[in-house]
Amino acid sequence: MPDGFVLLALLVATLRAAAPLLLAGFGELVAERSGVLNLGVEGMMLVGAAAGFIATVATGQVLLGLMVAALAGMLMALLFGLLTLTLGANQVACGLALTIFGTGLSALIGLPWQGTPIPGLASVIWPGLDAAGPVAQQLMLLDPLLGLALLLPVLVGFFLYRTRSGLILRAVGESHEVAHALGYGVLRVRYAAVLFGGAMAGLAGAYLSLVYTPMWTENMVAGRGWIALALVVFSAWKPVWLAIGALFFGFVTIAQFQAGALGLDVSPHLLSMLPYLATVVVLVLISRDETRRKLNAPAALGKPFTAAG
Amino acid sequence: MPLRLEARPEPSRAMLWLSPVLAAVLAAAGGGLVFAALGYDPLLALRTLFIDPLATLDGLTELGLKATPLLLCAIGIAIAVQAGLWNIGAEGQLTMGAIAGGGIALAFGGGGHWWILPATLLAGAAGGAAWAAIPALLKTRFHAHEILTTLMLSYVAVQILGWLVHGPWIDPEGFNFPQSRMFEPDALLPVLVEGSRLHAGALLALLAVPLAWLLLARTAAGFRLRTIGLAPRAARYAGFPERGSVWFALCLSGALAGLAGVGEAAGPVGQLQPVMSPGYGFAGIIVAFLGRLQPFGILAAALLMALIYLGGEQLQVSMQLPLAATGTIQGMLLFFLLASDVFIDHRLVWMARRHA
Repeated sequence: MPDGFVLLALLVATLRAAAPLLLAGFGELVAERSGVLNLGVEGMMLVGAAAGFIATVATGQVLLGLMVAALAGMLMALLFGLLTLTLGANQVACGLALTIFGTGLSALIGLPWQGTPIPGLASVIWPGLDAAGPVAQQLMLLDPLLGLALLLPVLVGFFLYRTRSGLILRAVGESHEVAHALGYGVLRVRYAAVLFGGAMAGLAGAYLSLVYTPMWTENMVAGRGWIALALVVFSAWKPVWLAIGALFFGFVTIAQFQAGALGLDVSPHLLSMLPYLATVVVLVLISRDETRRKLNAPAALGKPFTAAG
Repeated sequence: MPLRLEARPEPSRAMLWLSPVLAAVLAAAGGGLVFAALGYDPLLALRTLFIDPLATLDGLTELGLKATPLLLCAIGIAIAVQAGLWNIGAEGQLTMGAIAGGGIALAFGGGGHWWILPATLLAGAAGGAAWAAIPALLKTRFHAHEILTTLMLSYVAVQILGWLVHGPWIDPEGFNFPQSRMFEPDALLPVLVEGSRLHAGALLALLAVPLAWLLLARTAAGFRLRTIGLAPRAARYAGFPERGSVWFALCLSGALAGLAGVGEAAGPVGQLQPVMSPGYGFAGIIVAFLGRLQPFGILAAALLMALIYLGGEQLQVSMQLPLAATGTIQGMLLFFLLASDVFIDHRLVWMARRHA
């Protein structure tokens, strides 16, 4: 019989698994609403995870580690912006390059730190974690970064639909010619959106290496960046649905660990497929209606902009 | 800014082929900087990476060995890109090819029949094609974008292989190591150069180069495929079969990657292991673009990428540099290529002072 504590533990675990998807997903949502498709989320997350981990171990300051992670993600995003926005290169190819580069770079800089254990963010913030009771322990696993991740749907939703800047950003994503004709700096808006996406991806990576499993291992993001990208498509670029999608995927991730606890004798390899298969299924379900998807997608998504004249 | 990017009246042919060379030189320079930053002698590292492997016969055969899967994957990826499709899951199709071919080799190997090796290779190609047929179905039937489905299925394929070699296909006499039995000699690709690991799969890969060129440049099917990729609307107007081209390009792409996978399994590896490829399927994307999506260009690019893999291993042995350095150089190579490709359609001009 599922008692209250099991449900609480399940809820906390789901939220924690969803946090990196929320962070990376909302960063990408903002970038895509401005008309930029950045497929480099996975690479930015990996570099953020490695850089944040190294900074934390080197300085002993988790907060500094988080800042370095966000900054590293932004630097990666800046590289992407220089190529796609300033030089007008193909966004799909550059996004792939960013992921390949980020995978290699993170493995290279993270190598000396591989396997170094650090205390997780929760036990740094709550020194009494180990001594606390089981319920309090579960509640203490809800850290500030998770709080930010959970607030993002509201913050991004408010920004996009209730502020003037959000309106401009959406206008740039729908029609850069019109936005340019109205006198808005298309490239400036897109740079800002892409950099925000980078910072969020960096934090998402740091959530994995500093909070979720506090250590660095090569390629530890394991496709979550791609899942976040799929979730943005799934959400039809709407914050509410992105939040729902991320929580659902958090639950799928947890379900694979719970199956073992429930005594189901299934190979861990087969269970590990679940999130990827679920991504494919979800993608199929939402892509079926092509008209709906095309109506919702930012009209200028993926198209390079150069001011004529 | 005094410099301004200006559109060329027409694309520069010279820049089209100069760009990969420029990218390779810049990536080597960038690699040197990274080595220096990590505290290694950059010139020695670059020599170990790019020159030393070419100095011995052993190095040259190893180069061919590594170029084989890269060439096969990249040609497949290029065919897909020419048809306007992003197959970034070659790694998974390679893995599926190894599984399907390996299954045949494990089941029938040792029987001494002549057909065992051909059946193994065919099964490998079919396995890769089948794995790529899933994204083709999802795209033609449900409009699901192939870029995400091919990649997600890659992760799934690697897990399936992991499950097989940890479970049903584990070598019963292997001290519980997660790997299959060794393939019997009749299921293995013959070695080309005595004492080396270079196997007949390299000939198949070499054969794929002119065949792919013929297909793309000299057949009606290739023309339709390229038209659909370049100008979908014109192709629709001409009545070219769009869905058929998705199926054809993705399945062919998958078959080539599958062949690469079974070539590894029945070649240098000789069994199934949890990881069959050090990222050949992903590096294939870089190779395809570096080779300008043209089969003969890809051949040159595959040799360069094989050199980076080979040199990377040598750096690890002789200078204790992490293998991950290779991945960084690969990433830089693609970045520099994409950046210099901008100058195929554009040129830099000094901004003239505007007259009042």
